[in-house]
Amino acid sequence: MKILVCISKTPDTTAKIAFRDNNTKFDTNGVQWIINPYDEWYSLVRAIELKEKDASTIIHLITVGLADTEPIIRKAFALGGDEAIRVNADSQDSFYIASQIAEVAKQNSYDLVFTGKETIDYNGSSVGGMTAELLDMPYVSLATKFELNGNKATVNREIEGGEEVCEVELPLVVSCAKGVAEQRIPNMRGIMAARTKPLKVVEPANVNALTSIQSFDLPPAKAGVKLVSPDNVEELVRLLHEEARVI
Amino acid sequence: MSVLIFIDSSEGHVKKASLEAMSYGSAVAKQLNTTAEGVVLGSVTDDLAALGKYGVKKIHQVNNDSLNHFDSQVCTNVIAQVVQATGAKLIVFSNNVDGKAVAPRLSARLKAAIVSGAVALPDTSKGFVVKKNVFSGKAFANISLDTDVKIIALNPNAYKIEAGEGTAEIVPFNANVPSPKIKVTAVDKASGEVPLTEAEIVVSGGRGLKGPENWGIVEDLAHVLHAALACSRPVADAHWRPHNEHVGQTGIAIAPNLYIAIGISGAIQHLAGVNRSKTIVVINKDPEAPFFKAADYGIVGDAFEVVPKLTEAIKKLKS
Repeated sequence: MKILVCISKTPDTTAKIAFRDNNTKFDTNGVQWIINPYDEWYSLVRAIELKEKDASTIIHLITVGLADTEPIIRKAFALGGDEAIRVNADSQDSFYIASQIAEVAKQNSYDLVFTGKETIDYNGSSVGGMTAELLDMPYVSLATKFELNGNKATVNREIEGGEEVCEVELPLVVSCAKGVAEQRIPNMRGIMAARTKPLKVVEPANVNALTSIQSFDLPPAKAGVKLVSPDNVEELVRLLHEEARVI
Repeated sequence: MSVLIFIDSSEGHVKKASLEAMSYGSAVAKQLNTTAEGVVLGSVTDDLAALGKYGVKKIHQVNNDSLNHFDSQVCTNVIAQVVQATGAKLIVFSNNVDGKAVAPRLSARLKAAIVSGAVALPDTSKGFVVKKNVFSGKAFANISLDTDVKIIALNPNAYKIEAGEGTAEIVPFNANVPSPKIKVTAVDKASGEVPLTEAEIVVSGGRGLKGPENWGIVEDLAHVLHAALACSRPVADAHWRPHNEHVGQTGIAIAPNLYIAIGISGAIQHLAGVNRSKTIVVINKDPEAPFFKAADYGIVGDAFEVVPKLTEAIKKLKS
């Protein structure tokens, strides 16, 4: 069993979101970088759990990014994973990233490709689906549970107001959401081992991005809260009915 | 040259998210001086011709038993055939669970630029630029779609449903349907409840409610408002409420018309999942709760006293 876990570098969830150069670039000043939580908490941990059940499992990590993504890879290594591949390119858009992942995946014939359900910065929820299409593999998105029995996976996926259970044979691409696994904290042994695990740097395939970011906007500031006395909830109901017109 | 809208259905019914996608797609078609058409996969019991009132002139229906269960690979293949046959230059999806699985696949298949999570109509004054949510709702990005064929996945609740007059022509489409590799073995769905992402009103509870046994007041309020229930992360993590009610950065992101937060302090990660709500009401006994800064209306008070009174006042309004 060979699993490829796709990881992305994102700003910490509490990072201040600001832009520079006339709102065309994300201002990285003072930003702490983390592994995208969906990639770390769910995909990576589930892959590690599968390896704990079957020691012959090999886990490769992949990220598309410049040398500054290496601390994130080491952090992922501290949790688990055998080898990492860094595609040495600035990530341009989802299609560019998926194409790079697919290129590496084609050379290594993985049984499973895991992504997080989306990144918390660009919220595209696209790389998994695109990678699956480029590899001509089935894709289960927004998985909330993943079980493996030999060559057959049983996956629960989120649907509106519930869940759907599906069965599919490997190879397979899955995007993982909450429920697939529980967040782990790396232990000292893992942190020590992370330093020496092999990290391979490969040059990107020649692919053109399909989109470009023109600019960013911040949402308009709220006008400020209107406080209503707890003894006068009728006033709140009136405001919601007559002013906001939402009830 | 037309705009093609994916009309998503579940158990024979067209999803509300697809009514939004049709309204949006028709508006873009008008902007581009072309017509809007729809594509439906599998059998649907709703009256498809009546969907013409959302602006679609024609609906291509691919009827095949393999399409009654969802497999993104099969759907993508079939939609690509419809795109090719109709020469559509823009394909519109809802960025709902199915859209998130199919739209990116179609993008990779057609090498068509995609914006997923669109929140506004495209700006065609210079190129084709669409606004989307980024940083989990904390900002927007304006994305230029740089290919001839383009795909937009519209965020649920981001565009108002516009119903007018009209009937759509239903055209059976003869597609080559590959056999699905995914077998759906069970569907577990709370029937009769409003799905969280589609709900117009959401009532949400946090740690301030002290325990799962106190959820009755939240449920009563949700009931009179026909609202969906939600909760904060600590509540889901403590198993007071199921995970599928967890809204926030790592849970579900929602954009209802009205979001009522009860006993939730408003951590930045929670706000990221709910700040697209049109109106936010916060009920919290701590006047320093950060949520008040993001709210439109607030009550500083004890939820156990305020919420039942609020439920009664709304009952009175509705009667």
